[in-house]
Amino acid sequence: MLNKLTAHELLEKLEKKETTVNDIATALSSRIQEVDPRVRAYVRLAQPGQINQCGLPISIKDNICTEGLNTECCSKILEGFKPPYDATVIKKLKSAGIAIWPNKLNMDEFAFGSSTENSSFGPTHNPWNLECVPGGSSGGSAAAVAADEAIWALGSDTGGSIRQPAAFCGVVGLKPTYGRVSRYGLIAFASSLDQIGPLTKDVRDSALLMNIISGHDEKDSTSADIPVPDYTQALHGDIKGLKVGVPKEYFIEGMDPETRKIVDEAINKLKSLGAQVAPVSLPNSQYAVPVYYIIATAEASSNLARFDGDQYGLRKAGIQNLIESYKQTRGEGFGQEAKRRILLGTFALSHGYYDAYYLRALKVRTLIKNDFDKVFSEFDCIVAPTAPTPAFKIGEKSADPLSMYLSDIYTISVNLAGIPAISLPCGLTKSGLPIGLQILAKPFAEETIFRAAYAYEQSTEWHKLKPKL
Amino acid sequence: MEYEAVIGLEVHVQLKTKTKAFCNCRIEFGSPPNSLTCPVCLGLPGSLPVLNKTALDYAIKTGLALNCTVQEFTKFDRKHYYYPDLPKNYQISQYDLPVCKDGFLDIQVDGQAKRIRIKRAHLEEDAGKLIHESGNSLLDLNRTGIPLLEIVSEPDIHSPQEAHEYLSDLKMVVEYLEVSDCDMEKGTLRCDANISLRPKGAQELGTKTELKNMNSFKGVKDALAYEIQRQKVLLESGEKIIQQTLLWDPKENKTVVMRTKEEAKDYRYFPEPDLPPFLISKEKIEQVKKALPELPKERLQRFVREYGLSEYDAGILVASKDRAGYSEECFCAWPDKNKKPVANWLIGPLAGQSRVPAKNLVELIDLVENKQLISHLTGKIVLEEMIASGRSPSVIIQEKNLAQISDQGALDKEAEAVIKANPKSVEDFKSGKANALMFLVGQVMKKTGGKANPKVVQEVLRRRLDNA
Amino acid sequence: MAISRETIEYVANLSRIQLSEEELKKISGQLAAILDFIDKLKNADIGNVSPTSHILPLNNILREDSPKESLPAVQALANAPQKKNDFYAVPKVIE
Repeated sequence: MLNKLTAHELLEKLEKKETTVNDIATALSSRIQEVDPRVRAYVRLAQPGQINQCGLPISIKDNICTEGLNTECCSKILEGFKPPYDATVIKKLKSAGIAIWPNKLNMDEFAFGSSTENSSFGPTHNPWNLECVPGGSSGGSAAAVAADEAIWALGSDTGGSIRQPAAFCGVVGLKPTYGRVSRYGLIAFASSLDQIGPLTKDVRDSALLMNIISGHDEKDSTSADIPVPDYTQALHGDIKGLKVGVPKEYFIEGMDPETRKIVDEAINKLKSLGAQVAPVSLPNSQYAVPVYYIIATAEASSNLARFDGDQYGLRKAGIQNLIESYKQTRGEGFGQEAKRRILLGTFALSHGYYDAYYLRALKVRTLIKNDFDKVFSEFDCIVAPTAPTPAFKIGEKSADPLSMYLSDIYTISVNLAGIPAISLPCGLTKSGLPIGLQILAKPFAEETIFRAAYAYEQSTEWHKLKPKL
Repeated sequence: MEYEAVIGLEVHVQLKTKTKAFCNCRIEFGSPPNSLTCPVCLGLPGSLPVLNKTALDYAIKTGLALNCTVQEFTKFDRKHYYYPDLPKNYQISQYDLPVCKDGFLDIQVDGQAKRIRIKRAHLEEDAGKLIHESGNSLLDLNRTGIPLLEIVSEPDIHSPQEAHEYLSDLKMVVEYLEVSDCDMEKGTLRCDANISLRPKGAQELGTKTELKNMNSFKGVKDALAYEIQRQKVLLESGEKIIQQTLLWDPKENKTVVMRTKEEAKDYRYFPEPDLPPFLISKEKIEQVKKALPELPKERLQRFVREYGLSEYDAGILVASKDRAGYSEECFCAWPDKNKKPVANWLIGPLAGQSRVPAKNLVELIDLVENKQLISHLTGKIVLEEMIASGRSPSVIIQEKNLAQISDQGALDKEAEAVIKANPKSVEDFKSGKANALMFLVGQVMKKTGGKANPKVVQEVLRRRLDNA
Repeated sequence: MAISRETIEYVANLSRIQLSEEELKKISGQLAAILDFIDKLKNADIGNVSPTSHILPLNNILREDSPKESLPAVQALANAPQKKNDFYAVPKVIE
C-alpha cells in the first residue's frame, strides 16, 4: 500500500518514523513485479539487491544521465552506455536525500514520439487501458506514476513529452520554464526546447520536486540565474481574481467533443473558484507544429551526430572502413522515427535549404513567442486542453508520422516560447480514459501555475482516481 | 604567359589558456593519452559547453593587435562533419558573426612595405589526435576542446616569400601578446593555404586548391613554391586545375591529393543552441586596446629612435619579445648614449638563447670596448664562462688571470726578446713586408698566453723596430 | 514538396545513415508529406521579424579559466567498444 501514497505523504510518514525507506522500496518492488509485466513502464526489471535504500525513491527517464547506471535513451545505438557522471538534477536529488531507483523508465527513442511505441525495449501500455498508449515520449514515467510503480518520476519535455503522457495517464506533469532546471546530463534531443520536469501523483509533489531540481547551474550556459522560490507557498487554494485566458485557436473543429466538454467543465470550475476567465487569441498557433518539426529535427540531427560507435554505444562489428562503419552502425542503431527526424533535420540545415526552412522557422518562432508575450501582458495564465484526444490505441498512429505529430498540437507552442505549463487530470471519458487540463504561464511564473493547479485539484477528486490493474 | 599566384592563408593559433575552451580540463602537453578529458570535451551525451572567459579575452586582444574590428555581437555556430577526432561530429566554431573582422598586417618584402588584409578571426575548439596503425586508428582526445583562434587572410599574398613574411610577422605579434606559444613543430601554430594562379594583370581568380599539413615555416614556403609550379605546368599545357585539398609531404617534397571538395563542404552551420550570444561593449574593447602591449613594429621603431640602432639591427632584436625585453634591459644598463656596442654583442656573441644578467653583460662590454682590459676574443671566452657559471666578468677575469697586459714596460721586455729571436722577420719588416710585423705581434701574444693587448704590442714593437 | 531520391540519398550520406531500398522509398514518401505540411510556413508574415535562436535573453555566460579534475583515462575509456592501451581504437579512415 505504501507505493500508492504520494511523496509528501511518505515523507511525512518517514519524518514521523511511521515507515522506513526499506518498507517503501519493498512495496514498490512488489508492485513492479505485479504489474510491470503488463504495463512495461521500466526498461528492464531491477536486479534484486540493486535497489538503493538510502532515501525516498524516485524513478528516472532513460535519457537523464545516472553515473554507472545504464542510460540508453531506449535506443539500440546507446546499448550498454553507463555515463561516468550524474546529471545535475540527479546530483540535486541525491543531496536532498532522494534515492535514484536503479531501473530507468521507458520512452520513445531519444524522446522522438508521442506514444512510447518507438522504444528499443518495446512499447509501454497505458495503465487505464492496456491496449492504449501511455502517450510520450515520457510514457514510462507517466505510466509508472499512474500505476503506483513509482512514487514520483522525472521526465523531459521538448514538445509535450511530459504533459501529453501525464494527461493520457491521469497524473500531474510540469514542463518548467526553459532555463529553470539544468539540462546538464539530459541527453539532448532539441537543445533550445528541452526541459526536465516532474511527473507526480498530485500538485504538491510537483511543487516539492521543483523545489529540489530547479535553480542555476554553472554547467549549463542556458540556465537562468534567478532565485528559486518555495513553490509550496503557492499551494493555498485561493485563485480569486486570477486572470485566465482561453485561446480560441485551441478549441477548433476536429477536436474530440468529449475532451472539449471535459475541458470546458474544468474551465467553469476555475470560474466558480473566482478566476476571471476571458477568451484570448494566439494567432500564430497554426504554425507551431511545422516550426517545431523544423527546429527540433534540425537540432536533433546535430545532437545525434555523435552516435557513431567510436567512443561508446553500438558499433557494427567487422567493418574496416570508417565511413562504412558509421553508416552501418547508425543505419542499424537508430529506429525508423530517429532516422526520419535526422534526415528531415539534416535536410532543413543543408546547403540551399537553410533559409527556406530553418531560418524561416526561427522567424515564425519569434511570432509565436510574441503572441504569448501579448497575452501575458494582460493575463496571469492560459488554460487549454493538453491533447486533442484521450489516449489512442497502440499501433493506431504508428504508420502515419504526421498524424502522430499532430497529437502534440496543444503542447508544442509552450516549448517554442520557452514558457512553463502543467497538465493535471480533469476528468475521465465514458470509456474510462483520463483527460488533462493544461495551464500555461509566463516565463518563471511556475508559482502562478501551481497556485491555479492546486486550487483546481483540491476542488476535484480526479487526482485520487486510480486505474484498475 | 606570365602567371600571378593568389594566396590566402588560414592560420590556427592554439591559445595558451589554463583550461580548454568549453570545459575545465587542464591543457598540458605530453600527458598520457586520454588523461585530460571530461564528459564535455569527450562530447558525451548530456554534456554542455561553457565558454572560457580568458579564451574570449585572448581572441579580442589578438583581433585588436591585428587591427580588426571587434564585433559587439558575436555568437557560436556548429560546424558539422564526421571524423573520429571530432567526438560530437560537429565543431563549435563561429560562422557569420566571428569575434573579429576586417583587420590587416603590414609586412616588408624585399624592403617594400605591403599590407595583407585579414578577413576575420574566430574562436573554435581543437580536435583530438589520431594515430594511424595498420588495422585501426588510435584516438587520443587530450587535445580536443583546446581553444583555437582561426585567422583568415584575404587573398592578398602573391609569393611564397610574402606568405613567409606574413606568417612570421603574425607569429611575432601573437607571441608579443603572450596568448599562444606559436610553435609550428608542436602544432600550436598551424597554417593552411588557398592558392590559385591567374595570368598576370587579370582580375578574375583561377580555380584554387587547398594546401594542408605544412608543419614548418619552410614547409609553407616549399609547398607554395611547389604548388605554384605544379599549377603553372598544368595551365601551360592547357589543362584544368581541379579544386581539391592537397597534403604537403615534406619528405618527398611534393603534394598529395587528400580529397575532392564537393562532398565535404556542406557543413550545415547553425547557431549553437547551448551557448547564448556574447555582447562585447565599446568600453571593454577600449579597455583591452589600452592594455595592449607594445607590438613588434612599434618596438622596432622605438629602438631605432631611442637607441640609435639601424632598422636591420633593431629588426633582429625585436623578433622575439623575450629577446627584445632583454636587449632593452641591456641598453638601459649601458650608460653611454651610443648603444651600438651593446647591440653588436647582443646580435653577435649572445645571438643564441643564453642569457646573462644585463648588469654583467654591460660590465663585460665595458671591460672590452671602453677599458680594453681584455681583448674581444677573451671577452667571448669570458662570456661563455659567465653563461656556464653565472659569475660576473670581473671575478672570472681575476680568477683566471685573463686581464690584458697593456703595461708598456712589461711588453717592451717581451718585444725585445722576440726581435732578438727572429732576425729574419726584422729584416723582412725593414724591407717593407707588412706581414712581418703581424708575425712578430703574434709571437709576443704567444709568449704572453694571449693576454697582451695587441694594440700596445704593435706600438711597442714598432717603436723598437723604427729605432733599431 | 516532392523530394527527389537524389536529395534523400544526399541527406542520408551527409548524416551517415545507411538506408535499405525499402526504407528509402518509405521515408521519401513520409518526408514528402511532412514537407508539404511544413510548407504552410510560407503563409506566415515574417517580413521584419528577427529569428529566435535562444529563447531566454541571456548573454555573456562565461566561466573562469580555472582547472578542475579530469576523468581518469580508465573511466573515460570505460564505454569504448574497442580500445588499445589508453587509446580509443576506431576503424581506419579510407578516403
